[in-house]
Amino acid sequence: MFTQTKSRVRTFLAAATLAIGAVAAATPALASGDVVHIERQKWSFSGAFGTYDKAQLQRGFKVYKEVCSACHGMGLVSFRNLVQSGGPEFSEAQVKALIKEAGYETLDGPNDQGEMFKRPSRLSDRLPSPFPNPEAARAANNGAYPPDFSMIAKARAVAGSYPGSFLVDGLTLYAEHGPDYIYNLITGYKDAPKGHECADGLNYNDKFLSGTCIAMAAPISDDQVTYEDGSKQTVDQYARDVSAFLNWAAEPKLNERKQIGFLTLLFLTVLAGLLYLTTRKLWSGIKH
Amino acid sequence: MATTNSAEPTRRDFLYIATAATGAVGAGFAAWPFIHQMNPDASALALSTTEVDISAIQPGQIVTVKFRGKAMFVRRRTKGEIDAARKDDTAALPDPAKDADRVKPGKDEWLIVSGVCTHLGCTPVGTAGGRGDFDGWFCPCHGSHYDTSGRIRKGPAPLNLPVPEYQFTSDTVVLITDLKNA
Amino acid sequence: MAGHSTYQPQNAIAKWLERRLPIISMMHGQAVAFPTPRNLNYFWTFGAIAMFMLITMILTGIVLVMHYTPHTSLAFNSVEHIMRDVNYGWLIRNLHQNGASLFFIAVYMHILRGLYFGSYKEPREVLWILGVLIFLLMMATAFMGYVLPWGQMSFWGATVITNLFSAFPIVGDPVVSWLWGGFSVDNPTLNRFFALHYLLPFMILGVVVLHIWALHVSGNGNPTGVEVKSEQDTLPFHPYYTIKDLFAVAVFFIFFLIFVFYMPMFFNHPDNNIEANPLVTPAHIVPEWYFLPFYAILRAVPDKLGGVLAMFGAIAVMFILPWLDTSKIRSMTYRPIAKVFFWLFVVACVALGYLGAAPAEGLYVVFSRIFMAIYFGYFVFLFVIGLVEKPKPLPNSITESVLS
Repeated sequence: MFTQTKSRVRTFLAAATLAIGAVAAATPALASGDVVHIERQKWSFSGAFGTYDKAQLQRGFKVYKEVCSACHGMGLVSFRNLVQSGGPEFSEAQVKALIKEAGYETLDGPNDQGEMFKRPSRLSDRLPSPFPNPEAARAANNGAYPPDFSMIAKARAVAGSYPGSFLVDGLTLYAEHGPDYIYNLITGYKDAPKGHECADGLNYNDKFLSGTCIAMAAPISDDQVTYEDGSKQTVDQYARDVSAFLNWAAEPKLNERKQIGFLTLLFLTVLAGLLYLTTRKLWSGIKH
Repeated sequence: MATTNSAEPTRRDFLYIATAATGAVGAGFAAWPFIHQMNPDASALALSTTEVDISAIQPGQIVTVKFRGKAMFVRRRTKGEIDAARKDDTAALPDPAKDADRVKPGKDEWLIVSGVCTHLGCTPVGTAGGRGDFDGWFCPCHGSHYDTSGRIRKGPAPLNLPVPEYQFTSDTVVLITDLKNA
Repeated sequence: MAGHSTYQPQNAIAKWLERRLPIISMMHGQAVAFPTPRNLNYFWTFGAIAMFMLITMILTGIVLVMHYTPHTSLAFNSVEHIMRDVNYGWLIRNLHQNGASLFFIAVYMHILRGLYFGSYKEPREVLWILGVLIFLLMMATAFMGYVLPWGQMSFWGATVITNLFSAFPIVGDPVVSWLWGGFSVDNPTLNRFFALHYLLPFMILGVVVLHIWALHVSGNGNPTGVEVKSEQDTLPFHPYYTIKDLFAVAVFFIFFLIFVFYMPMFFNHPDNNIEANPLVTPAHIVPEWYFLPFYAILRAVPDKLGGVLAMFGAIAVMFILPWLDTSKIRSMTYRPIAKVFFWLFVVACVALGYLGAAPAEGLYVVFSRIFMAIYFGYFVFLFVIGLVEKPKPLPNSITESVLS
């Protein structure tokens, strides 16, 4: 019975592979037509045991604060999140100093006179957005909306360049499409090749998901942000750090998730093993 | 069934017990996230302090502010109210406490107490004329009377209105930071 | 089949209860002593696996409702609140979100097993029809659940799928605005989908009870397709199949939790991490993977109404399958020709799934039509081949096949 089951599983897998293979092989031109090619990067948080690099997240936050936050909000992240474990893990005092130094203010109210007022941000407040609403953001940016960055690392992804790549991604636990894309985009600015020039106000970037012309100009240049820990002050390093930081903003529980995940799977494997032995013992001597 | 081969059943029983025990432990651990999710979440815990601007409060006035979703009374007491509270330090109190221990030293004027009746959680009334027999607060739900120190004097409530942990961050701003069981 | 209980109440309380509500002896008869064919293989464990997935979905779902807000301006953020602030909220949400996909995997395996081993044939027609009903309810539930996070895919998926009904002449447009409760997918739509998404799982649970009831009237099928003839052919359900099923459930959960803990976004579409925006449609609208074969059929037909009918027909045909298959032989193991076509049918389903995610243009559409023809052709074929096919010799009994 068991061999029969095995052979059926094999037939099933073969059938599935055949199906995907047949379609894929017959349509290579269509499948890889205009897909953006994204170079995959190494991340400290990839794989089953990957966790965030605290120092990198702190640098990434600095880049976000000094460069990106001029246009991009981060409305789902609170100052207290910068303190919690599994993140940049600034101390409470550091974040309070940072609020004071950067002059972050949060809209509160109404007060006793019935008016809304601004007051210095507290740890429990969200990071203030640069624009009061999307319309204002559009108006200030030639009609192009600078998206909120809270979820951006999960909201952008480019699939692999071959059909069925999702299966390989699954088998290799690859889940870093988002930061890969952000890194590629930031470092992807170059002069437009002949015949691909962009209209005024747009910039050539062949990593951009929706066409090769993007409204955002190259956002950062070498030595623009000062690193205190001696890391390289290059666009490449900035892009890497801010991508990692944005991934944390979108997946703040990643460290905890993988840690609990490992223990849970370990436990479940033991339980499955015991159940297997029990099943075998129980069925021994019974032909089935 | 166990008489013919004594070694076999023991091993088999051990395996069954080990499997069942492991499964039970797993079920126990799996239950925890489903229970813990109902506890206050990170955003609720982060909102747990309240700042009160007291500059506009007149003598004799009671202001009700929200602290962790519930009422907190800030009362600027008149001279007469303070004296009444001090005089009753020696009266027969259901929950004995000295008035001086319920305010900050040198800030006798300012009484800050929880606005939750210690009986069953209603918010006592402090509007002028409705402050009960002891000129403090009167709880309309079951008729508890509190005095000008927030102490229970009459009615079913067992305890005084608790004093939260707070500090004067300046002469005009009070920061309420904690309240046991609130 | 049922009522094989050997249960005798032992103590006074049990005896007292037995005379008033014989629930213990009923459960003993149905879940302990129930005679089950001894030759079931691991494909038969997917029923138990699906049951565990249903329970997981209901438990995590009830928890999520404690923190979720069904309002267009709050829904997206309330889901992120669960992911970021609620204690273990990320875990419970990931379990629910990925659980939907894994539930469908289990159910698809369960259905394929039924198709291969002829589990739909006399006397199990009602059992099968109840199963198809569960599948339909699952699809409705999954679709409405996908709308709740109010991301871009939620919104545009809801728009596209509800618009399917506009294909029907005369009643189409009124039905669509009735579904929406307005002139577009909006807050009333979100609210009613939320209400129904909470209700339908309990209806599924109810139909599952009927499904199991029907199963316990006819008894399990088995890989030979030969009915149980003597007690020798069976084993009591407990402990033989309870333990075996639990082992399979544990293995399946390892598979499930790998997604939950390491690739929680694997089945999700990145666009659904952008809050719904009625003014911007994402570049590629794709339904969840478990709908893709049906979506491919929808797009394979050039006519709007025709596509909708073909898609519904792909499910509807399952209801009448017991009467389409004319062969008396249940198991494909003994049907050399039909077996080949069964695997061809599986290939068509997988291929349609792939094509459902591809753009609806050029060769993709051509392939969709070919595989759609195979999908529907399978049912026609079963009707014809059953009349002419010469099956391999069947064993006389389950015991004989096991001992040989």
